[in-house]
Amino acid sequence: MPPYADPRQAYFAGLIDAVGLPALVVLGSMIGFGSLARESGFALWLAVATTGAVWSLPGQMAMAELYSVGASAAAIAVAVSVANLRFLPMALAMLPVFRQGVRHQGWNYILVLLLSVNTWTGAMRRCPHLPHDQRAPYYLGFSTVCMGAGLVGTAAGFVLAGVLPRTVTLGLVFLNPIYFALVFADVRQRSGVLALAAGAVIGPLVHLLSPVWGLVVTGVVAGTAAYLLDEALERRRA
Amino acid sequence: MPDPQPWFILVVAFAANYLWRGLGVAISGHISPTGGLFKWVSCVAYALLAGLIARIIVLPVGLLAATPLIDRLGAVAVAMGLFFLFRRNLVLGTVAGVATIVALTLIRAS
Repeated sequence: MPPYADPRQAYFAGLIDAVGLPALVVLGSMIGFGSLARESGFALWLAVATTGAVWSLPGQMAMAELYSVGASAAAIAVAVSVANLRFLPMALAMLPVFRQGVRHQGWNYILVLLLSVNTWTGAMRRCPHLPHDQRAPYYLGFSTVCMGAGLVGTAAGFVLAGVLPRTVTLGLVFLNPIYFALVFADVRQRSGVLALAAGAVIGPLVHLLSPVWGLVVTGVVAGTAAYLLDEALERRRA
Repeated sequence: MPDPQPWFILVVAFAANYLWRGLGVAISGHISPTGGLFKWVSCVAYALLAGLIARIIVLPVGLLAATPLIDRLGAVAVAMGLFFLFRRNLVLGTVAGVATIVALTLIRAS
């Protein structure tokens, strides 16, 4: 268990922690994307490059669906952008945790390339408990394995499209929400628990009202409500 | 209008996605990890992701949309139950949840 001997050990610990469920979840999701990409008319190189460059399942799905119907580049830009808005609060919640240990802040522009729900939850679970100089290396190790699994999964999904039985694909795709539901159920910090509960309850309802902006509204409304409630509880105890 | 070139689409998708990540880096330098703003933005991130996962389970698109809601919720209940019963065992919970949805789908198909 952490802390590790030095940043190098933290990097390898990140690698090892990602092997197993986190890598399997990415693999499963990207196998799903790989076969969708093939059905959408992507070439293999484009499917794999999309995973590397966009690195977000909702964004990639939006891109594949629009590409298949011959949408314009502008329409794809808007759809991918809206689907990926969540990276703003995610980056804002993660990077300050790294800051003291990152010598050249320019590296952050590289680090965010590897940001995904998977690497974010992996980092948020461990990094706050590590010495500052071990945090970014841990995240980098964790992300290396996830990205590797994502690229391999995309290629495998592309090649295996139509070959895998439906139930197998179903299981692979369901890995993602089940895994994250449990990871989030394991969050102990009170403000986090409140935000997760509020988001889970209003998320689907708001989505029905606005499929495009539902997530953003959910984040801001449920997040703010959780924040205010947590502050109020804090004051009452004090 | 001619079809956009695949590489051009890729560059556009990358830029549209990097926008938020890059903006996050630019703004994050002004946020203290111990301040109220950081706590608020963490709450927003958690709420947003919980909303996303709940949406995928309750209102999925694609392959999962073909399964009944009760099956998906049942699988989540089994996963959560075993997860907490066996000292927060993530592997056991996840595998059980996936096994449940696959089993229910096979039973309904037969």
